[in-house]
Amino acid sequence: MHSFGYRANALLTFSVTILALMCAIASLSDNLNSPSPTAQVQVLNINWFQKKPDGDDEVSMSLNVSSNLESLFTWNTKQVFVFVAAEYDTPKNSLNQVSLWDGIIPSKEQAKFSIHTTNKYRFIDEGSNLRGKEFNLTMHWHVMPKTGKMSADKLVMTGYRLPVTYR
Amino acid sequence: MGWIGEQVDSLKSMQIRQVLTQAVSLGMIVTSALIIWKGLMCLTGSESPVVVVLSGSMEPGFKRGDILFLHMSKDPIRAGEIVVFNVDGREIPIVHRVIKVHERKDTGEVDVLTKGDNNFGDDRLLYAHGQLWLQRHHIMGRAVGFLPYVGWVTIIMTEKPIIK
Repeated sequence: MHSFGYRANALLTFSVTILALMCAIASLSDNLNSPSPTAQVQVLNINWFQKKPDGDDEVSMSLNVSSNLESLFTWNTKQVFVFVAAEYDTPKNSLNQVSLWDGIIPSKEQAKFSIHTTNKYRFIDEGSNLRGKEFNLTMHWHVMPKTGKMSADKLVMTGYRLPVTYR
Repeated sequence: MGWIGEQVDSLKSMQIRQVLTQAVSLGMIVTSALIIWKGLMCLTGSESPVVVVLSGSMEPGFKRGDILFLHMSKDPIRAGEIVVFNVDGREIPIVHRVIKVHERKDTGEVDVLTKGDNNFGDDRLLYAHGQLWLQRHHIMGRAVGFLPYVGWVTIIMTEKPIIK
């Protein structure tokens, strides 16, 4: 009952249990935080807009993404993954979500930003439905904790529209 | 002779009891681990409720050796979710983020494209030959929580056959 093996085992089990409990409490403490992020996305320019040889529409655009996500960070936050997706529907698809840009914010100091970028990922439709298409630009953020439960939310910005003709 | 016989008998019975006790304890440990595992499978609705991160393709968010808790619900797959999927022909599941979703109006079927946060390009290179999208049946679960470093035990056990 007092051998090294028993004591080492008891110690290990106890410490792992305590660590697990601490992780759970750390994760729960994130619920106390009530975030108030702000975001704004502007389409600066439609660079080009074409129908590809395989029949799918593709558009390239320049965006200005500015946002303040400082209120999302707690002591238990490892990073915030933020991305901007174009969301729209077509006759065949009830929902299309195409990520145009994403970034990783590793700390609170970098959570207030304003950048100018072309779409990082190709905006390609399943089909040829994009002419004159109205779409939303939604900024999503995923909070990844140092330990525990991840959370995510988004901000929908409506009122964007693609040109009626290819260019 | 009779005395020796007595000693051997008592020794044997003690040893058998000890061995049996140890065997039963071991059996209990193994079966309770199995019960917990199967219970988690039922609770999370996923075939594999816990996975270990094996590559650095989701850094700095998930590092090699982290454990991810998965959950699978009937909710539709949406962009930004971190999903675990199996590619036909590969046995190791991949944990990456959804960057594109196209959901059919009539059937509710969905075409999904994924990408590791730390990778330059999307996952089309990882999918099966000629496959451009993932469908719902490829996806085993969503990552909902994680514990750092705990998965190293599994990695060491599987990659160093000596310990196995």
